Amino acid sequence: MALVGRTATWWARLRSPRPAAAPLCLPPWRPAGLAAGGRLYSSRGREKLDMSMYPVESIRNFSIIAHVDHGKSTLADRLLEITGTIAKTDYNKQVLDKLQVERERGITVKAQSASLFYNHEGVNYLLNLIDTPGIQAQTVANFYLAFEAQLTIIPVINKIDLKNADPERVEKQIEKLFDIPADECVRISAKQGTNVEKVLQKVIEKIPPPQCNTADPLKALVFDSTFDHYRGVIANIALFGGEIQKGHKIVSAHTKKRYEVNEVGILTPNEQPTHKLYAGQVGYVIAGMKEVTEAQIGDTLFFYKQPVEPLPGFKSAKPMVFAGMYPVDQTEYNNLKSALERLTLNDSSVTVHRDSSLALGAGWRLGFLGLLHMEVFNQRLEQEYNMSVILTAPTVPYKAVLSSAKLIKEYGKKEITIINPAQFPDKLSVSEYLEPTVLGTIVTPHEYIGKIISLCQDCRAVQKDMLYMDEHRVMLKYLFPLNEIVVDFYDALKSLSSGYASFDYEDAGYQAADLIKMDILLNGNPVEELATIIHNDKAYTTGKLICERLKDAIPRQLFEIAIQAAIGKKIIARETLKAYRKNVVAKCYGGDITRRMKLLKRQAEGKKLMRKIGNVEVPRDAFIRVLKRQNDK
Amino acid sequence: WPYCRKRCSYCNFNKYVVPAVDESAVGACLVQEARTLLRLSQVQSITSVFFGGGTPSLASPRTIAAVLEAVAGAAHLPASAEVTLEANPSSASPARLAGFRAAGINRLSIGVQSLDDAELRLLGREHTAAEARGAVEAARRLFPGRTSIDLLFGLPGQSQDAWARGLAAALGLCDDHISLYQLTLERGTALAAQVWGGTLPAPPQDLLADMYQTACTMLVAAGFRHYEVSNFARKGALSTHNLSYWRAEQYIGVGPGAHGRFVPWGEGGRSREARVQTLEPDAWMQEVQSRGHGTRRRVVLSPLEQLEELLALGLRTDEGVTHERWGQFSPQLSLEAVFGEPGEAQDLQQQGWLLLDGGGLRCSVRGLALLDSLLPDLLCQLQR
Repeated sequence: MALVGRTATWWARLRSPRPAAAPLCLPPWRPAGLAAGGRLYSSRGREKLDMSMYPVESIRNFSIIAHVDHGKSTLADRLLEITGTIAKTDYNKQVLDKLQVERERGITVKAQSASLFYNHEGVNYLLNLIDTPGIQAQTVANFYLAFEAQLTIIPVINKIDLKNADPERVEKQIEKLFDIPADECVRISAKQGTNVEKVLQKVIEKIPPPQCNTADPLKALVFDSTFDHYRGVIANIALFGGEIQKGHKIVSAHTKKRYEVNEVGILTPNEQPTHKLYAGQVGYVIAGMKEVTEAQIGDTLFFYKQPVEPLPGFKSAKPMVFAGMYPVDQTEYNNLKSALERLTLNDSSVTVHRDSSLALGAGWRLGFLGLLHMEVFNQRLEQEYNMSVILTAPTVPYKAVLSSAKLIKEYGKKEITIINPAQFPDKLSVSEYLEPTVLGTIVTPHEYIGKIISLCQDCRAVQKDMLYMDEHRVMLKYLFPLNEIVVDFYDALKSLSSGYASFDYEDAGYQAADLIKMDILLNGNPVEELATIIHNDKAYTTGKLICERLKDAIPRQLFEIAIQAAIGKKIIARETLKAYRKNVVAKCYGGDITRRMKLLKRQAEGKKLMRKIGNVEVPRDAFIRVLKRQNDK
Repeated sequence: WPYCRKRCSYCNFNKYVVPAVDESAVGACLVQEARTLLRLSQVQSITSVFFGGGTPSLASPRTIAAVLEAVAGAAHLPASAEVTLEANPSSASPARLAGFRAAGINRLSIGVQSLDDAELRLLGREHTAAEARGAVEAARRLFPGRTSIDLLFGLPGQSQDAWARGLAAALGLCDDHISLYQLTLERGTALAAQVWGGTLPAPPQDLLADMYQTACTMLVAAGFRHYEVSNFARKGALSTHNLSYWRAEQYIGVGPGAHGRFVPWGEGGRSREARVQTLEPDAWMQEVQSRGHGTRRRVVLSPLEQLEELLALGLRTDEGVTHERWGQFSPQLSLEAVFGEPGEAQDLQQQGWLLLDGGGLRCSVRGLALLDSLLPDLLCQLQR
């Protein structure tokens, strides 16, 4: 499968055992006369900052990782306030969430970073905070990843202001699950600001400074990029060695292209130009790049004539949910194309692949990190680009291990990926079909266990583990076929647990599956647009559903219409649309027939647009009605 | 005559219920507009006159007489012309009907709708079944062989049996012409609101088909000719006026909301136009008084549009569209040329819904009930 992926999750791999020993100094933009600890606004247009005042030992780079809705962004707000990066007002809510959709939904979509300045025990520190996308960072899974990467972890327990808060219980759970002693946890209320300063102090105490040297040649990691209409590409960078300033000639390890630096600076969280950036620091560079593809995430920048060993690449986060996206009308195709291009410039975690459907025309198959990601993306399309689209139910990338020599030669390999039902190879040519799976982790209060287990069984999931975290909560691990959870599993889970159950998942490879291709027939003729690949166990229910939806979407005709779902020659579901017995206006013609003629002519026009399958006339929007994601339950 | 004494629960026609009607003013305007439009059309001879509404039987015979006099003054109105008045049983006493006959009416169409009192209440009618019977009997005495009754089927909650019984009762009472209409729920009517709101049941499609079927069978068995989708006549008592409508002949609409199809030779027009008069009576009167007529809209019909109308209307009759009639609108392209070639019409013929032969193009008996499924296809073929 050829997917254009530019996904990345960034793991801070900076650490150093060297002790801190920095000269006393004030943050560079404070005018003389104000005592340390006072609060100020950061603003653009002020003099450039002098970053040389922050040697490596005074730098701490950290991220906040947490589950959706746990309050990362609120914590980030408080940290920004405490450090004077922004003024403390009642209006600071999710300051780092600049997108409308982020603010509406209360989630972070695009990771923003901010450099904070903080004085602790007489030393001025530069703290670089990266706010992580809430869609992707999941506590448990990511804890283990961070642990494996040997990163320092500071556990923070938030929302202690809530009535039902029980921090002691949570500390015990943390001890049990992660082996971290309870006394290392910091209990805070980000909303009220309680104890948030302690977090900063712990960051300074516990997290080691980055391990790098300004004397080394320039080595900068690109961890994000945005496109600004006027200034070009702004690449977010972390310096692993050396220094960078305006006028420097730099090279991209990936593209080998050469650029001249126009501007460097830090993010507070807005762009704040500085004279230079030094090793261990995090900020941005503008260097005359025109396309975002020139600043690939994971790329290394170095000095022209001083090449360095490129930094290890990124582990791309695989898209897990796919959806077909089509313009409502083919005339809108180009508009949608440019909207998608621009939106994915700044959301590199969406994978885009051109696709087409007989029913809906030319479109795309998009890959998202999750259902929420997809919904947010759709919302951004509507709000920021004014585009309405047809979203079809997500399909997952199935695989088949071919056994036919002819096909193996044709494809060039033995194991192929199938996204489109038209590509589904016949059973006879295949030794095994495979479906993608995920290992899902569900944490729930024990009273919902029964219903949840039922739900998982309905989704063909296999239980792998069950662990009582404490007297009240249970952690369940299930191996799910991916296609069973991509549509509405999460919603179902939430609603039958009154919102208390949480869901977390990670890729778990492929497993053998009894897959079939199901055709839809109208009076015996197949409707190609509606063919689907599904698991044999679910064929009947899906087939029946499609037949029912199609029955509602096709108008009655002069003869009976048999709507059938079939696997090969075997019919597995059927609906019948009866013929019209009477369709003539038998009412009193009190009025002018002008209106009636208009209606008849419109019907005649409609007939021209109808697709004829055998002798059955099918309106174009019938496919849309059958294929689109249904929100009704 | 757009005025009524009461609103029926299902009606969405251009009707007005007002406490007092200035009859002489309205009458004068009808007279004036009739004269103006007759002059405009340069029509020589009238084949039929139809008084519709509203409730025309609420107008006085004097007004009817005045209009007929004006018509006779502007064109030739032979004694053989069919002159119909629509009447409501509650304004059709023998005396009144006699007055209308004296004024020049020679055919009567009575809005019976139903012979069941409960159904009449549901429909919001002003009369009882007994009153309807009385009116029909009186009409038959004054206009023998020239009385028609209107009946409605497909009422909410009506059963097949109730309908059959009702029709049988009507057959015992009627003269030689019946108009059979399916109750159609129109947006804005009280009845529609009740059905769509769920207070009354909506009649299922299959039941409506059955009722229509039953009615056709019963009427044909009683000697009626099913000469149009909704109209049945025996002993030759077809409605001349409605026939000319379905044959796309010329007609002039006079009065608020009336519609017409004619060529305004008097103004230098050369093409057939679709016209409609201003709907609201007071506005209409002002226009008639200031410029002689209250035509709200006139649209020239292209040759294609004229043929489309001819097709859509003509196929509603058992005679269909004759070759001669078609030829009058399409001298270059015959019916055969358009519909005889392989295409939609031929497919429909093969399926038994349509007939194209020496008599012209028409629906089969089964095809008539499905006309609206056939027409879009035929229009497509015609357009090509």
